[in-house]
Amino acid sequence: MGDEVRVPIVYDTDIVAARTEGRRLALELGFSKTDATLVATAISEVARNILVHAREGVITISGLLDEDIAEITVVASDEGPGIRDIDLALRDGYSTAGGLGLGLPGVRRLMDEFIIASEDGKGTEVTLTKWHRR
Amino acid sequence: MPVPILKQGDFLIATVQSALSDREVLQLQDDLAERVGTFRSRGVIVDVTALDMMDSFVSRAFRSMALMAKLKGADTVIVGIQPEVAFTLVQLGLTLEGVNTALDLEEGLEFLRSLKRRRRNDGR
Repeated sequence: MGDEVRVPIVYDTDIVAARTEGRRLALELGFSKTDATLVATAISEVARNILVHAREGVITISGLLDEDIAEITVVASDEGPGIRDIDLALRDGYSTAGGLGLGLPGVRRLMDEFIIASEDGKGTEVTLTKWHRR
Repeated sequence: MPVPILKQGDFLIATVQSALSDREVLQLQDDLAERVGTFRSRGVIVDVTALDMMDSFVSRAFRSMALMAKLKGADTVIVGIQPEVAFTLVQLGLTLEGVNTALDLEEGLEFLRSLKRRRRNDGR
């Protein structure tokens, strides 16, 4: 199965659309309701980061069903200002946007894999993955 | 879709009907702050049974809501947080500090009434 959904993030309602798609796909892949909620919440956080820091970007959600494992991957990418200090951005309580500073560090705790690539001035790409044994 | 707010005696009850966009969350925050003043409410219940997720934005908005209401003399209770939503909040490290919570609408109302009784007995 190679289901993939692409949600452009331009308005705040797109955040709702992206997390709704994420939840739907997670449930389709057999994730529990709790895991689907974790995935939806993680998508909400990274989608909002796009709006707040880069104004627009794209969320791509894809699922993979293997013989004994199901996997959901979320890629949030933008061409915004990038993150100057990734270590700092991943620290609990650090925020440049007046938030709680729990967005990215929180997302990291919600998902199984968290990869962040960012270049100052060129944009950010966050890749999140969650697995479950079937 | 705006969140409907009902006036029930001294209390306001806001029942979230569906997933909320950020703008709708902020709208609810403003509406509640305004109505607490208009109706001289002493308590606010926000029923989030229909919310299938609460992220850092929503949780921060609820904290601000509760704080604003408090400054106008009203206590806020969030009711109906779904188990998986509660689990996610804990994972995210969001504590909803300063916000009262109750299982459902009934318990929320009971909580506000008991606060009111206590205040009356204290002569405040």
